[in-house]
Amino acid sequence: MDIAIKDIIKKENLVYTKTKLMTDNVLSYCPGCGHGTAHRITMEVVDEKGIQEQTIGIAPVGCSVLAYEFMNIDMVQAAHGRAPAVATGIKRVMPEKYVFTYQGDGDLAAIGTSETIHACNRGENITIIFINNGIYGMTGGQMAPTTLAGMKTSTSPFGRDLHSMGNPLKITELVAQLPGTYYVTRQAVHTPAAVRKAKRAVRKAFELQAENKGVTFVEIVSNCNSGWKMPPVQANEWMEENMFPFYPLGDIKVDGELVKK
Amino acid sequence: MAKVRGAIVVDVEKCKGCGVCVPACPSNVIELNKEVNGKGYHYSFMARPEACTGCTNCAVVCPDGVITVYRIKIPS
Ligand SMILES: Cc1ncc(C[n+]2csc(CCOP(=O)(O)OP(=O)(O)O)c2C)c(N)n1
Ligand code: SF4
Ligand code: SF4
Ligand code: SF4
Repeated sequence: MDIAIKDIIKKENLVYTKTKLMTDNVLSYCPGCGHGTAHRITMEVVDEKGIQEQTIGIAPVGCSVLAYEFMNIDMVQAAHGRAPAVATGIKRVMPEKYVFTYQGDGDLAAIGTSETIHACNRGENITIIFINNGIYGMTGGQMAPTTLAGMKTSTSPFGRDLHSMGNPLKITELVAQLPGTYYVTRQAVHTPAAVRKAKRAVRKAFELQAENKGVTFVEIVSNCNSGWKMPPVQANEWMEENMFPFYPLGDIKVDGELVKK
Repeated sequence: MAKVRGAIVVDVEKCKGCGVCVPACPSNVIELNKEVNGKGYHYSFMARPEACTGCTNCAVVCPDGVITVYRIKIPS
């Protein structure tokens, strides 16, 4: 016996739909950009934990500057790189809230390096969600501190030359060394399995925040199709082949202890 | 053994035709349409609906969150 599609598409058979904690606004991101997925898993965690009223997000400068248009929670938009400082203030005044920053690599690892390192070193009870796409997306694909060796960007058109342009910065490994970070992990959102894993990491980060353990830090290695000048599916493949060897996925610090590799 | 059947509904006007859902489907259900939506994107659709198991992979990986998934068990 076969069944008609219209008999499957019924309310009682629903198994997945976008969380109500994502607004109905059309995302301003390029087709296939991982920012949307990273937003959604974060909001799914907030939804499933039932903490919409207790959660405050800090949006960065970068493509996700408008995150407050998409995440249906209270949000503040910080000056470029200053999200961890804003989060520190909010969390100290309202320690019962869940406070997280959402930042790109230009925001977190270039102009905001000082705020990132000091918030992590002080051990503020905040969650940092760090989207590393190895480039400045919003401003037209300039080289970032995280840009890989040899990677072409609009300001390194012949590829990043380590001799003249310096080395790519593994800021996540760097903050993991600091005593104020408790949980540090690197994830991705380009395949269903990776998305499910990244979501578990975000949930863990929020749960540990409630225990006042210090900074919980989730890096998501993501694509920037426009900056990398590739179609989305090809960008995801390029990311697996080129980004993951340098930025390997997995936990870096768990329960305040560095993971031995 | 009960058979599982699924179906997806794509919010056509919000789909950006990125194609990320296509390789994410283990049952090779999805393709990008030759037609375009109001924004000119080749939106995704179930090219082989009978193969869908409602596993949710496509919806989980869609950056724009425009896929809704339904699943039903058919007793044999
Ligand atoms: C104080 C200041 N300096 C520079 C800029 C220009 N600017 C806007 S976004 C951006 C980089 C964003 O890159 P990233 O954080 O990696 O985010 P993405 O856009 O890739 O998501 C820069 C330099 C600015 N808006 N404010
Ligand atoms: S420019 Fe890059 S990071 Fe920004 S929305 Fe487009 S793909 Fe995403
Ligand atoms: S992943 Fe989402 S936005 Fe991209 S083609 Fe599929 S349904 Fe459309
Ligand atoms: S629900 Fe699973 S089987 Fe159905 S189209 Fe999506 S990925 Fe394919």
